[in-house]
Amino acid sequence: MSQFIQSLLIEYSLITAFAVIGLVVWVSYLLSAKLTRGRLHGSAIAIFIGLVVAYIGGEITGGTRGISDVPALAGIGVMGGAVLRDFAIVATAMGVHLEELRRTGFAGVLSLFTGVFLSFFMGGCVAWAFGYRDAVSVTTLGAGAATFIVGPVTGTALGASSEVIALSVAAGLVKAILVMIGTPFAARFIGLDNPRTAMIYGGLMGTTSGVAGGLAATDPKLVPYGAMTATFYTGLGCLLGPSVMFFLIRWIVGA
Amino acid sequence: MAIYGTALLSLCLLAGLLVGKVLGWMLGMDANVGGVGIAMLLLVVVTDRLKKEDKFREPSEAGVLFWSSIYIPVIVAMAASQNVRAAIHGGPAAMLAGSLAVIACISLVPVYSRIGRSKDDDSSPLK
Repeated sequence: MSQFIQSLLIEYSLITAFAVIGLVVWVSYLLSAKLTRGRLHGSAIAIFIGLVVAYIGGEITGGTRGISDVPALAGIGVMGGAVLRDFAIVATAMGVHLEELRRTGFAGVLSLFTGVFLSFFMGGCVAWAFGYRDAVSVTTLGAGAATFIVGPVTGTALGASSEVIALSVAAGLVKAILVMIGTPFAARFIGLDNPRTAMIYGGLMGTTSGVAGGLAATDPKLVPYGAMTATFYTGLGCLLGPSVMFFLIRWIVGA
Repeated sequence: MAIYGTALLSLCLLAGLLVGKVLGWMLGMDANVGGVGIAMLLLVVVTDRLKKEDKFREPSEAGVLFWSSIYIPVIVAMAASQNVRAAIHGGPAAMLAGSLAVIACISLVPVYSRIGRSKDDDSSPLK
């Protein structure tokens, strides 16, 4: 019997994913209402459970795609993959006020550049503190502190060692996860409750998965505004990383 | 019909991704520059236009709203398929680089949200 179930779940993996994720969301909202009396958003708990499950999946299978490396749960990888994620993010734009976008335009662009530069700088400082002295490694780790896509793209372009590239991916993942978990808590202190601040937040943080998850857990209505700027971040980082940032860091590091 | 909305959404995403891809190619890299953001703008502008001409009615809108409402579950699935193990096993350098970048950037959010904001165009919390 169990092998029938197993093969059914694998064959209809996306449907399995809908059912499993639905269950996770239901449990999370229940926990939110009963345990925290709604203080901690149900979606924040759901995302946290997702991350814990992803860790367990990684430990069990040794794979890189969290729980979706378990064959019966492979559909979760499809459901949470770039295709459906982008599709759903674009759909959230339905409620966006054009006027709001236009007004925040300049500050939004500025926040994008600042976010990229600052992340490279912080990542580069950490690389330096941990004994990396060559500009290629320092830039690559800085790129990883931007996003986990900018890291490997920059590292590959500059010819960094695979150890440093792996480290940069890990730094980017830490950032994404921290943004997902931390945003609902930080929201009150940074005034993240309006479209304008959400756009600036998206530009400064950059990590699309982090911003998408963090805003969903804070206030779903803010998602389209933050996501709109954040989607430009990775592209900007990939553009500046192996060029401007590398030259700048090489000039500072001197090697 | 709902499929009209979903089809429009799909066309916007495809068009946006194409523009983002071409933009990346023009800048000499294999990355999508803001494709999703461009798609969002496209959807907002097109539906706004169609609604004014009364060509985008509620049944069509439902084809977009469903995907918008499925957004959080999709994000939960995304979280569940992240490489959390690698992040945790990345060691102190990765932990520190990631968290310092977050702390530095997030502390600038209140500063930047004041830029170019005049007293009368306050962005108010959404109801």
